Amino acid sequence: MANPDTLAGHDGPLYAARKGVYPKKVDGNFRRLKWLIMAVTLAIYYGTPWIRWDRGPYAPDQAVLIDLANRRFYMFQIEIWPHEFYYVAGLLIMAGIGLFLVTSAVGRAWCGYACPQTVWTDLFQHVDRVIDGDRNAQIRLANGPWTGGKIAKRAAKYAIYLAIAFWTGGAWIMYFADAPTLTRDFWTGEAAFIAYGTVAALTATTFVLGGFMREQVCIYMCPWPRIQTAMMDEKSLLVTYKDWRGEPRGSLKKALAHPGSLGDCVDCNQCVAVCPTGIDIREGPQIGCITCALCIDACDTVMAQVGRPRGLIDYCALDDVAVEKAGGTAPPVLKTLLRPRLMIYLAIWCAIGAAMLFSLGERTRLDLAVQHERSPLYVQLSDGAIRNNYTLKLRNMEARPRTVAITVSGLPGAQLWTETGSRDRASQRVEMTISPDSVTRVRLFVAAPATGPVRQDFTIATYGRDGDPRGDSDIIQFDRPEAQ
Amino acid sequence: MSDKPRIDEPTGTRTVGHEWDGIEELDTPMPRWWLWTLYATIAWAAVYVVLYPAIPMVNSATQGVLGWSSRADLEKEMAGHTAKRAPIVNAIAAMPIAALPSKPELLEAAIQGGSAAFKVHCVQCHGAGGAGVVGLYPSLTDDDWLWGGDLGNIETTLIHGIRNPDHDETRLSSMPAFGRDGILDTAAINDLVSHVRVISRQEKPSAASTRGAVLFEANCVACHGTSGEGNRELGAPRLTDAVWLYGGSREAIAKTIYNPRNGVMPRWNDKLDAVTIRMLAAYVHSLGGGEDAPAPFSAPATAASAPDEDPGNG
Repeated sequence: MANPDTLAGHDGPLYAARKGVYPKKVDGNFRRLKWLIMAVTLAIYYGTPWIRWDRGPYAPDQAVLIDLANRRFYMFQIEIWPHEFYYVAGLLIMAGIGLFLVTSAVGRAWCGYACPQTVWTDLFQHVDRVIDGDRNAQIRLANGPWTGGKIAKRAAKYAIYLAIAFWTGGAWIMYFADAPTLTRDFWTGEAAFIAYGTVAALTATTFVLGGFMREQVCIYMCPWPRIQTAMMDEKSLLVTYKDWRGEPRGSLKKALAHPGSLGDCVDCNQCVAVCPTGIDIREGPQIGCITCALCIDACDTVMAQVGRPRGLIDYCALDDVAVEKAGGTAPPVLKTLLRPRLMIYLAIWCAIGAAMLFSLGERTRLDLAVQHERSPLYVQLSDGAIRNNYTLKLRNMEARPRTVAITVSGLPGAQLWTETGSRDRASQRVEMTISPDSVTRVRLFVAAPATGPVRQDFTIATYGRDGDPRGDSDIIQFDRPEAQ
Repeated sequence: MSDKPRIDEPTGTRTVGHEWDGIEELDTPMPRWWLWTLYATIAWAAVYVVLYPAIPMVNSATQGVLGWSSRADLEKEMAGHTAKRAPIVNAIAAMPIAALPSKPELLEAAIQGGSAAFKVHCVQCHGAGGAGVVGLYPSLTDDDWLWGGDLGNIETTLIHGIRNPDHDETRLSSMPAFGRDGILDTAAINDLVSHVRVISRQEKPSAASTRGAVLFEANCVACHGTSGEGNRELGAPRLTDAVWLYGGSREAIAKTIYNPRNGVMPRWNDKLDAVTIRMLAAYVHSLGGGEDAPAPFSAPATAASAPDEDPGNG
């Protein structure tokens, strides 16, 4: 502890250099879980765009496709149009509430297992171990002189970094266009500039953030550690060093020499050696801890070797810390998980999901929007009748051309026709074929006798004439000139 | 309040020396890479200033060695659009306007192009959407046309104008000022108004309208036709329908007979290129009142008569 008086006139360092982190290889339950999650998430990320999904001749056959040019979002059998973007909002809200749920249950589990920064850092650190060797070899190499061997190893490592980064950036753009076509275009130089630009940018960020910045992203850049801290409560599980059991720490030799004088911690520093963010968990909960639980694996291994019970470092809630410090036994994990707060989060999450699924099943795929042309509001026709013009937008959200009818009701004596028709052949109904998966703009002319209210509400409706009679309708105004 | 920096015990970091109700700020050192990022942005700025217009001088900014300007960018984009439109524009120019409806994509493109040009050149008189102004400018959306409402006639009207001064081919006709020039007195005009109101079914026949019918026979049928059906060759409006450019009330009709307006529309062939005029015609035709082309036999007749008239005109 520094004496405050000595600080006078001393400004301290303005900048802190990054301390090298060389996490040691470790094996255990949590490490295996992390391998599994890494394999699954990377497989989803790299593989999803290549899944095919037959939607017929009028829609793309890529299972997951964000078609920005045509403003469509395809996800297996679900197709989202821009006006249905609230589904995406719903998904984001579910993701948010899901994070509340996970964070209040198991703390920063997102950080420790599923965050892309964590997954790619883990992958790059594995590359380090494959090329440079384990922790000690890496430290030796980093501090050693630039020999030919070191240059070769660095070149090989950065080449692999770059390959992974490029593959990562390349996979991203596959979500936005037909993957096989885009791959071919990309390599023949025919892809859009934005494709090359995106790949270059994402390759660069993956290379820098995964290969070099690593834990700096979590500690300095990411807002999530700060937000999550506010979401946790005293029942949230944290990776905890059980200092009441471990302290005072000392080597095994000392502990054997003076039985009973020391705690369980043999001060082997394995928990520090395996930490991917380079912290010491024994200093307590801290912003640098992403709760990846690798220190639990490392400590469990050592405890097994020295014949002491596992779990000196373990997932433990703050409430359990108090209980265990007082000599009691913490309640089973399941009990802390089934508390009301989590149940409420889960219920909200499920309710939003169920509501979205229900509305997805119920939505009509033929939609009508009517706009009354304002200029002119009405047209005096030579036989005394009045015509109003309307712009109709017929949204055919199915991947097939459709035959639809347009009718009006509530406007006696109405005649309707479109640009391709004429008043001589007009009737109470217009039928037309509209293109698949697109919005058809139609100008509808509606003529009615001049006798009637100055403003009259009536209904324009559309419905399918090809099997599925569901449709849509709009109430709109018919205007007449004021009596002279 | 303490203003002395001290070391924060749990973190081992110095505080900045301020304290607010027990809350202190740690003076955590910035990461070194953050400093590099700052240097990189400074280097970027230095390069940018050299490459692009940047430093304001007295009259303009420094040009930058790349010679980039937003105006040149715009010109390039506009040239690109013109090049993209060229095939459609050329196709529209190459075909007779009456054939446009047989090519729906070209017709659609022409209507869109006409809509844009209409907003620039036509709305001043005819109003947005071609609504017209009662008593001044005709509505282009109704089904009543003074000079014809098929594509060809609308295009001709646009090219040559109506009563455009000093243009030989302009559409020309002139209704005499029956009142102003003393051809008819006020009583006669009132009788004539009654007759016109009867044939347009706005009034019941009366003694005045009977007298008016005689006057109509003597003064009006040459242009407006025996039953007031109008004559498009002369731009003489049909008097039997419900559409009145200058109003259909007694006062308005009397005013027209007393002192006709003989409205003027400028010709556009000296202001716009042929394709823009053609697209305007397609747009106006699409507004709701467009008519089908007249029966084919009249077309050769007009074409044949045109050369014959030429020597006479010259």
